[in-house]
Amino acid sequence: MKGLGELERTVMEVLWHRQHGGTAREVGRALADERDLAHTTVMTVLDRLAKKGFLVREREGRAWRYRPIATKEAYVAELMLGALSMTGDRDAALTHFARSVSGDEVDLLRRVLDEVEGTSPG
Amino acid sequence: MTGTALLALMAAGSALGAHLLTRARWTWRTPRTAIALWQALGLAWGLASIGTLLSFGLAPYGQGVVVGVARFFAAPSVLSSFQLVAVAAGLTLALLLVGMLMVAIGTVVRARRRHRALLALVAHGDPEVPGTLVLDHPVAAAYCVPGVRSQVVVSAGTLELLGPYELAAVLAHERAHARERHDLVLLPFTSLRRIFPQARIVSRTLDAVELLIEMAADDRARRHRPAKELATALLRFAAAGAAPTPAGTLGVVGADETSPILVRVRRLLAPAPLPRPMRGAMLAGATAVAVLPLILYAIPA
Repeated sequence: MKGLGELERTVMEVLWHRQHGGTAREVGRALADERDLAHTTVMTVLDRLAKKGFLVREREGRAWRYRPIATKEAYVAELMLGALSMTGDRDAALTHFARSVSGDEVDLLRRVLDEVEGTSPG
Repeated sequence: MTGTALLALMAAGSALGAHLLTRARWTWRTPRTAIALWQALGLAWGLASIGTLLSFGLAPYGQGVVVGVARFFAAPSVLSSFQLVAVAAGLTLALLLVGMLMVAIGTVVRARRRHRALLALVAHGDPEVPGTLVLDHPVAAAYCVPGVRSQVVVSAGTLELLGPYELAAVLAHERAHARERHDLVLLPFTSLRRIFPQARIVSRTLDAVELLIEMAADDRARRHRPAKELATALLRFAAAGAAPTPAGTLGVVGADETSPILVRVRRLLAPAPLPRPMRGAMLAGATAVAVLPLILYAIPA
């Protein structure tokens, strides 16, 4: 049995792959091949994800239908913007390996890289 | 007026010191000590600036800043309106500096919480890089989400770009950031920049401290990995990530030997650490700079 975080991830993957979101029953059915989850577990996970702001829900009969607020690609892009410190904010939220450089600098760095690698091949 | 004059001198002196330190290059030979010196200068500047205003305004009590503030709240009527303005300005500056630091901490905590929540949903582990999360994106990125439980993250682009040894060097660098809590070092300086977004001395200070932090992480990384691997990783990494200059960063990066990446590469390949006695003297100096304003707080104006 994996942790709650892993479950949230799996449930998001299911919803990202479905055109019109899903109800707890549909998500449970989609996961049935991989694992046997109690219906209440799926409902708990969906509810948590909605509270965290990753899903919106709307009434559908007696159940809720959940949809992702953004695509997976959008979240990856958001993380990458922070990672490349291109959010425009110079805060101390993350520490980086190297900041992005401008075009001119790239040419210079490529030349130096050739020099450094040339000093002792291999 | 001795106390007030000395505090004013201290405030001006630390600003001048910061100005000189932004141009210094010897600091690169001992990044950790230089970071301590920067912290001392920042603290001294804040304390001395606040102290100058308070000391001037509270002069009639004749008992220095600390006792003076207590007396002021008990009997403010002793002061002239001019002195009252000085006291109000001093207290406002103190509140502003501390308050904005709190705001900066709050912003960072929220940004990290969001970042971690997203990572939990879209990043994944990789047997090639145990303990590190991988983001499926072709652009090279490597960073650390600092905190009590820090998390190192690399993009698929980084795995593609770097050889295994270079990758190990990059991860060692990131873990050094996490371990030495460089994010906490940066916080007060980023906060100062929010208060004074137009002041060039402040943004240059932030640049200098950022570079020193990278150097400190480089130094720790090369204890475990050959320096050359880190140097080539740095060059390959920066050269691959050709991006338009990000909004909000300063155009101080030139395509010459002052490029921060190149400066780091040069010192990795030809290290010239300062001798221990000099580092010791610097640390002693830094301590004196940080403590002196507090002593002046006790001197009657």
